[in-house]
Amino acid sequence: MDTMRDRFAPVVSGMLDEDPRVAVVLAEIGRDGFMEATRRHPDRVINVGIREQLLIGAGAGLALAGMRPVVHTFASFLVERPFEQVKLDLGHQDVGAVLVSAAASYDWPAGGFTHMAPGDVAVLDTLDGWTVHVPGHPDEAETLLRHAVGAGEGKDDKVYVRLSAQSNEQARAVDGQRFLTVREGRRGVVVAVGPMLDAVLAATEGLDVTVLYASTVRPFDSAALRRATDSADTDVVLVEPFLAGTSTAAANDALLHVPHRVLGLGVGRRELRRYGQLGEHVAAHGLDAASLRERITGFLR
Amino acid sequence: MTTTYGFTELPELMGLMTGAEKHGPAATSTLDVLWVLYDRVLRVEPGRSEDPERDRFLLSKGHGPMAYYAVLAAKGFLPVEWLPGFGSYDSPLGHHPDRVLVPGAEIGSGSLGHGLPIAVGTALGLRAQGRVDPAVWVLIGDAELDEGSNHEAIAYAGPAGLDRLHTVVIDNSSASHALPGGIAARFEVAGWSAETVDGRDHEALHAAFTAPHPGRPRVVVARVEPKNA
Repeated sequence: MDTMRDRFAPVVSGMLDEDPRVAVVLAEIGRDGFMEATRRHPDRVINVGIREQLLIGAGAGLALAGMRPVVHTFASFLVERPFEQVKLDLGHQDVGAVLVSAAASYDWPAGGFTHMAPGDVAVLDTLDGWTVHVPGHPDEAETLLRHAVGAGEGKDDKVYVRLSAQSNEQARAVDGQRFLTVREGRRGVVVAVGPMLDAVLAATEGLDVTVLYASTVRPFDSAALRRATDSADTDVVLVEPFLAGTSTAAANDALLHVPHRVLGLGVGRRELRRYGQLGEHVAAHGLDAASLRERITGFLR
Repeated sequence: MTTTYGFTELPELMGLMTGAEKHGPAATSTLDVLWVLYDRVLRVEPGRSEDPERDRFLLSKGHGPMAYYAVLAAKGFLPVEWLPGFGSYDSPLGHHPDRVLVPGAEIGSGSLGHGLPIAVGTALGLRAQGRVDPAVWVLIGDAELDEGSNHEAIAYAGPAGLDRLHTVVIDNSSASHALPGGIAARFEVAGWSAETVDGRDHEALHAAFTAPHPGRPRVVVARVEPKNA
């Protein structure tokens, strides 16, 4: 199976052909995938070199000039390094862009912590008005990319699409907005975010819990969580492929009207200082099916 | 809305904001450059803020924006009546400008080092749409040039041949560590067309602003009296 990142350049290259407003801005990373698109659209595939502040600023300028910029590099360099540009050049200027990251929390464990960004969504969460897509499968990534680039009447929405090497076996019918109900039960609600779904389904096999699937986490689908807790218990477990607790506040806000408990599972804050393979990092953060089952059953009453 | 104000009335307009007709260097260092641009160079006017063919002026140096507001008021972009409210809760005019609140302001600024990268993107966007006429101007300060984001933009814009991009650097010697070889040289090695002029000489500024620079972005370094003199 190809990865979400494999899907990115072909899908966006197609959008460059279809929509003259679309422009791609790169900072070296990912440029090989756009070689053919660069030949066809030399003015709309822009590689600024290894300059991430300029990457975001140029994206904002393109938006101010009426274009729909798709801005791409690894999550560390897209969200964390030029964070003030994300905050001011897009948010404060009141213009939109589609930020598409790769490498996620630890897609390249041998590359070490410099290329890991488990905090990207939490950092972005300090800003207002961002839509955050966390696809769990390459097909979902394609759907959500199309949704993001074409979003809104004026196409000026601020959207973050987090592509990962982690993936579920099968794609779900995502719509860029709502959580999906994958399983129904009575003893609590487990929200699986993006590529965590397969592990969550394995971990909750035979448990009497509702499983919601979230491939779009901002805005947080509060209505879906409230509906789920109406029929199941108000114990909620969030399982996220990024920093543990990233969506805990959103879940708490959704359940303000009822007594409830929320357990936020995800990547630990402490730097692991390990290389190795993706699966080894998943296990180290307690996000494999066996660890999840233990932590979920330990939490539910 | 009156548009009968000239350059000699600008101190009076600035006095409406500060309560005095004497102003700090941060406010007046840009005054002549702004006036020459808005009076004789930029193809902008009130009511054309959505016209895609307009020139773009991006005030990156958002500190001390009184001269900017005075020029915008003199040219009819915003009512003179707004000026006395400068910085108050109900005023759209802050100590740093906000594009969402100030008619005619292309960007909100205050945090240094953002305007030039955004201007690069604007020039790229206009080029991608086949709009070859609009010029993009960005005004920065010499100390603002310390920000690395500007150097990313300078290094990129030259080789990219963004010939509709123009930068004005107001040099009031406020950088703690001056650029070795001078400001213009930093742009020239990156492939820009560069000229340094007296930032108080309107004819010299106009000539420098309108000089041809085929295939290259253009920087005009406008020297004014040192900030701490």
